[in-house]
Amino acid sequence: MFDKRLIVLFICLALASGVFLTWGLTGRIWFILELRSVKLVALISVGISIGLATVLFQTLSGNRILTPSIMGFDALFLLVQTSFVFSLGGVGYAGLSDLTLFAANTLVMVVAAVALFGMILRRSRKDIHLMILVGVVFGLMFRAISAFLQRMINPSEFSYIQGAMFAQFSAINGIELIASVVVLVMIGIWLARHCAVLDVVALGRDTARGLGINYDRFQFTTLCVIAALVSVSTALVGPITFLGLLVSTLAHSLMKSHRHALILPAAALISALVLVVGQTYFERIMRLQSTLSVAIEFGGGLLFLILLARGKTL
Amino acid sequence: MHKTRPYAWTIATLLILSGVSIFVGVGDMTFSGLWLNPSEMQLLLISRGPRTFAALLSGASIAVSGVIMQLLVRNKFVEPGTTGTTESAMLGLLLVTVFAPQWPIFAKMAVAALTALLGVLGFVFLVRKLPPQRPLMIPIVGLIYGGILGAGATFIAYQADLIQYIGVWMSGEFSGVLAGRYELLWLAGGLTLLAYFSADQFTVAGLGRDTSRALGLRYGYVLALGVSTVALVSALVVVTVGMLPFVGLVVPNIVSRIMGDNLRQSLPVVAGLGAGCVLLSDIIGRVARFPYEIPAGTVFGILGAAVFLWLLLGRRSHV
Repeated sequence: MFDKRLIVLFICLALASGVFLTWGLTGRIWFILELRSVKLVALISVGISIGLATVLFQTLSGNRILTPSIMGFDALFLLVQTSFVFSLGGVGYAGLSDLTLFAANTLVMVVAAVALFGMILRRSRKDIHLMILVGVVFGLMFRAISAFLQRMINPSEFSYIQGAMFAQFSAINGIELIASVVVLVMIGIWLARHCAVLDVVALGRDTARGLGINYDRFQFTTLCVIAALVSVSTALVGPITFLGLLVSTLAHSLMKSHRHALILPAAALISALVLVVGQTYFERIMRLQSTLSVAIEFGGGLLFLILLARGKTL
Repeated sequence: MHKTRPYAWTIATLLILSGVSIFVGVGDMTFSGLWLNPSEMQLLLISRGPRTFAALLSGASIAVSGVIMQLLVRNKFVEPGTTGTTESAMLGLLLVTVFAPQWPIFAKMAVAALTALLGVLGFVFLVRKLPPQRPLMIPIVGLIYGGILGAGATFIAYQADLIQYIGVWMSGEFSGVLAGRYELLWLAGGLTLLAYFSADQFTVAGLGRDTSRALGLRYGYVLALGVSTVALVSALVVVTVGMLPFVGLVVPNIVSRIMGDNLRQSLPVVAGLGAGCVLLSDIIGRVARFPYEIPAGTVFGILGAAVFLWLLLGRRSHV
């Protein structure tokens, strides 16, 4: 029933998770296991959301080189978060429950992303390079505005957002994690029912409309889903720009198919696998903390340049 | 008659901004008090004056190195800050700080300028490999190239516990400028002046390698001159005040829309407008959350990105 390659990927992920949980396990075993399994669930959720978001965005924009993070989605999320702290004040921010904050952040993020990227996709669909450049510059501007607002906030209040600014797999909030898993499950169900529609949407706006799909409405819904996925991953660990690109390229070259029923789960599994293996390697074997994201930026950036130079953009 | 008008405007604006910059800040200062109260004179000589000069010099030299880069790469949407030059200067500084922290500032500068030079050459080489019919690919490649170099710098900094240094270099800021700590920028200003004497050569080089050779230009010589000016200026500015993104990109584009591409005419205005933009951002940064300060680089990051987007999306009606 399932594709063999997906089963292999799943087994690899299960093995990697096992290694991650049990490597060098001594002392207070249950305590360590609990800590590690929280982290494992977070890594896998982040991996899945980045993988799914990237493939969906590439379907909408009709190319294999754009990813939500390159287009500034992460930066937008940080800006939303910073504006919350700025307008509520640190005390007001801390007074809200984690769940309210997560919901509010995600909601604002979805609205802002749909408004902005709906506009970008409409204005520059014909010119992929213009689209990338506009997205990148928007990202830079969001970062600058966030930096500006952060300077306007008192240093003591600043510490509330500092945690969200770098990709950190070591500090993870439990309630956010549960909310994220719930969001992911809901999105997973929605995607499972719309795989076939996505296959048609990938043919482009005109063809899809000719085949009887309400393209603009579907694009709106998909942008909402992407924004929610980016919120999940950025809220949990902060921005990782190039993971999505690495993963979708790997997924496409492994599956050699355009069917979303194959590509989506493959991207999600590969993404989770890369994060779990990478984290095990850097944290347990190399004993370096927090450098996984730097390694991903480096490798993914190189891949991006190679893809561009080979003219694979269209 | 009309040719001198932009110059007059530029000079008048710069004088007004400098006046404002001298009298805005945490310490009180009035025009009459300047002559009566020796401590106010001291404030002017040690802090406000150098700060104003630093903003003017770095703005002018960065804007000019932006133009030079745009002509050499033949693309309107590049500048040293978005094509990895600044990051490679940072990389050099980090390496010196890790391996030879006792070296004097000039030696550190030299290393930073050398790595910046390698960074520019690497970018020029990359651009040669790109298809010429895809002009927007060049700035994208530049940004990613800078991102990769930045990731490398972050990694080294993280391993050597120097993340704070990177933070200082990443945001261009003038609050640390005092007499005795910014003088390297005069060197950048001098280089900018030198570039003005080669303005005609740069204009011709902007026509492309083959055309400019056919017109009798020693292209390799001009290329070397331009690349080393860009690298030196970037290194000098990063070392003394930090990164000032978008200045070198936005300013030349605006000026070339108004005055065209003849550098001998437009270069002084580019320099003046660059100086004015950076000084204005610094003043805004000083006032926005008085008595705290916001880096000028951050202020201009917002304005510059907005103008860049406008240039990009409004492009079709012009080109």
